[in-house]
Amino acid sequence: MSKTTDQPDQDRRAFIGKAAGAVAAATLAPGVFLHGVAGVEYRQEPVTDKVRWGMLVDSNKCADGCTACVDACNHENGLDLLEKPEGLSDDMWDQQIPKWIRKVTVKDKLSGRESNLPMLCQHCEHPPCVDVCPTGASFRRADGIVMVDRHTCIGCRYCMMACPYKARSFVHEVVEHKPTISPRGKGCVESCTFCVHRLDRGETTTACQDACSQAGHKAIVFGDLNDPSSEVSQALKQYPSRQVRADLKLNTGVRYSGV
Amino acid sequence: MYGSEVKIRLLLAAVLAGAWALAGAAPDEDWRQGNSKAAGLEHCVRSTDYMRRNHMELIEHERTETVHHGVRIESKSLAGCIKCHVQYDAAAKPIPINSEEQFCDMCHEYAAVTLDCFQCHATVPTPETDYGARAGEGDKQ
Amino acid sequence: MKKTYFSEWGIPSPRYWALLALLAAFVGIGGLSALYMEHEGHWVTGMTNQVVWGTPHVFAIFLIVAASGALNVASIGSVFGKKPYKPLAPLSGLLAIALLVGGLLVLVLDLGRPDRLIVAMTVYNFKSIFAWNIFLYTGFMAIVAVYLWLMMEHKMNPYSKPAGLLAFVWRLALTTGTGSIFGFLVARQAYDAAIMAPMFIIMSFSFGLAIYLLVLMFAFILDDRPLGDVIVTRLKNLLGVFVAGVMFITLIYHLTNLYGTENHEVEAFLLRDGGIYTQVFWIGEVLIGGLLPLGILYHPVLGRNFGWIAGACGAVIVGGIAKVYVILIGGQVFPMALFPEKAVVASGFYDGVVASYSPSLPEVLLGVGGIAVALAATLVGVRMLRFLPTSLSNQDLDPQAAA
Repeated sequence: MSKTTDQPDQDRRAFIGKAAGAVAAATLAPGVFLHGVAGVEYRQEPVTDKVRWGMLVDSNKCADGCTACVDACNHENGLDLLEKPEGLSDDMWDQQIPKWIRKVTVKDKLSGRESNLPMLCQHCEHPPCVDVCPTGASFRRADGIVMVDRHTCIGCRYCMMACPYKARSFVHEVVEHKPTISPRGKGCVESCTFCVHRLDRGETTTACQDACSQAGHKAIVFGDLNDPSSEVSQALKQYPSRQVRADLKLNTGVRYSGV
Repeated sequence: MYGSEVKIRLLLAAVLAGAWALAGAAPDEDWRQGNSKAAGLEHCVRSTDYMRRNHMELIEHERTETVHHGVRIESKSLAGCIKCHVQYDAAAKPIPINSEEQFCDMCHEYAAVTLDCFQCHATVPTPETDYGARAGEGDKQ
Repeated sequence: MKKTYFSEWGIPSPRYWALLALLAAFVGIGGLSALYMEHEGHWVTGMTNQVVWGTPHVFAIFLIVAASGALNVASIGSVFGKKPYKPLAPLSGLLAIALLVGGLLVLVLDLGRPDRLIVAMTVYNFKSIFAWNIFLYTGFMAIVAVYLWLMMEHKMNPYSKPAGLLAFVWRLALTTGTGSIFGFLVARQAYDAAIMAPMFIIMSFSFGLAIYLLVLMFAFILDDRPLGDVIVTRLKNLLGVFVAGVMFITLIYHLTNLYGTENHEVEAFLLRDGGIYTQVFWIGEVLIGGLLPLGILYHPVLGRNFGWIAGACGAVIVGGIAKVYVILIGGQVFPMALFPEKAVVASGFYDGVVASYSPSLPEVLLGVGGIAVALAATLVGVRMLRFLPTSLSNQDLDPQAAA
């Protein structure tokens, strides 16, 4: 079957490759995740709606002046690697830099009672940002994560107009440092992904949740809303909670209690 | 001044010389380079012939699988490609994969096809299991 | 019935080339601005994560809305059978296409990734009105091109009526689609209203006719073609009706918002406390765009003077750009009410505060470049082909008009 002497026999190699692959597949755990290097499991099968990721934020526990979740998110997703372009004022840079999560302090108009909370993409079940995207780049994954497919995003920013929570950011400048787990480039729109790169590796916590726990506040509880025994489902049963802008009937994945 | 037969021969010679020069630049040599991991392998994901012609289709299919369905098979990920094909300089630091005369550039420069991937994707391997993996200096464009 | 003759625009060659060169210069500068914005990224503009659509979109939306309105004049002839308007139809079709092309160019060049236009044209999410708009806009250009051919090719004239009807219905769908870009947004208080689509439709009537009338007068007077006051009077009266219509719909929009307590804050912002936006609203939109042209067009003396009428058209155009500015930018800078019962004390992402925005030079140049493209296309069109009737004097007009 070989035609030239210096070319290896491709067909024989293909057969050996397939045979080796079959043996390997048979010996692997027949599960969704494949054990990789250093105990990291990578998702092998397409994600399903068996899991719905969600979060409960307890604003009673959210501390005034603390930005642990914001700093953790910026570090995790490479947002703090972005550099201010030369010639841009600090003021404009602050208005243009992507911010996936932010701290908000609100005060009740009648009682004067103040609450602190992080605001981020709410991962709605019926996201307005998904409705308005002309190319379908803004989409909702089967497990409830709302994100942007930046291969298809044309940078029209209509989703940013449509988001009721102002959760989306636009990349206004050329990106120099690109983390592998969070590819990012000029001209596309982005927002909180619930640390999808972690979830696809078999983990179940987000960077903001971990940081808030480490800071001792435990205001953020993240997990599977479809699992009644998960920490977040238990917390939702126990504490009264609501959606922000509930009148829009978006069935958000992020719920708040205490505000 | 010159007879038509001479002109034809000159023309033929010029055409052949041009074709030879172009053929000399054509990528039929082995482009797996130097000290990259791929240099030590015959092929990995698919046969070399297939990859040469169809790697872009594989990349496009896999990116949909990854982004929309969360499938993260390492050998089929862009990061996986880079890990294998990246070269290291004398100081053992990875050279950005899309730099001149690195793996991608060798064919893409000849074929005059602009690469869009690395406006967003890292050009050197960065640790994936280290949360908050920092992009190294090597991938600064 | 007198036969209408059409001819190429006959101004002296040096004048034509000078005008074209001037427009080409603006087109070139607009193109360079777009290249600069695309290469560096949008940090060079005044747009931010708070105000995501800026000055280029103001110009683009104005041009697109005016484009569908410019076709009205032809529709009045073909669809509504008003014979005096028939000679005006070819220029109307040309202007419609030219304005749309100018507007779309600006829109597309402002994308974060204009190199992905092919993606936008091949991959669709049909719940998005933007996706529908892509078809509506390109379809409009194709339909009007065919309509023009049917009008200008004598043998095909009988078919121009059904084509005109299709074009008329299509342009209504197009403007509805443009208004619905805002009307469908539940997130922002200044949008999220069914009235946005009808408001954009009446805006298109007004802006389109103002531009048409201005271009017509300019073309005829510069080329010494007879322009009778009968046809101009009809057009300017119609323009007055449309300007009044815009003011009426705007009034309904604000009155409805003012009725419900829910929207008191956004109305207070737009009408009283909004600083530059309040000024642009009252002075630009209401005064210059509404009261002033109405006053001129229906004045017994001024309304008969071509110079004043042209000035009124200019005022409508300026007022139109102001109106789009207030809708687009004013609607974005006003903070969204995430916690309506609470006041925002502090935020890391500008919640609860009026966002700041100032137009930057690249944005303005891109927008002006779009206008220049539209005008240049019109200029070349009327020069090369027979879009302009040779005479619109009172005697040459259809006798039905003089009655």
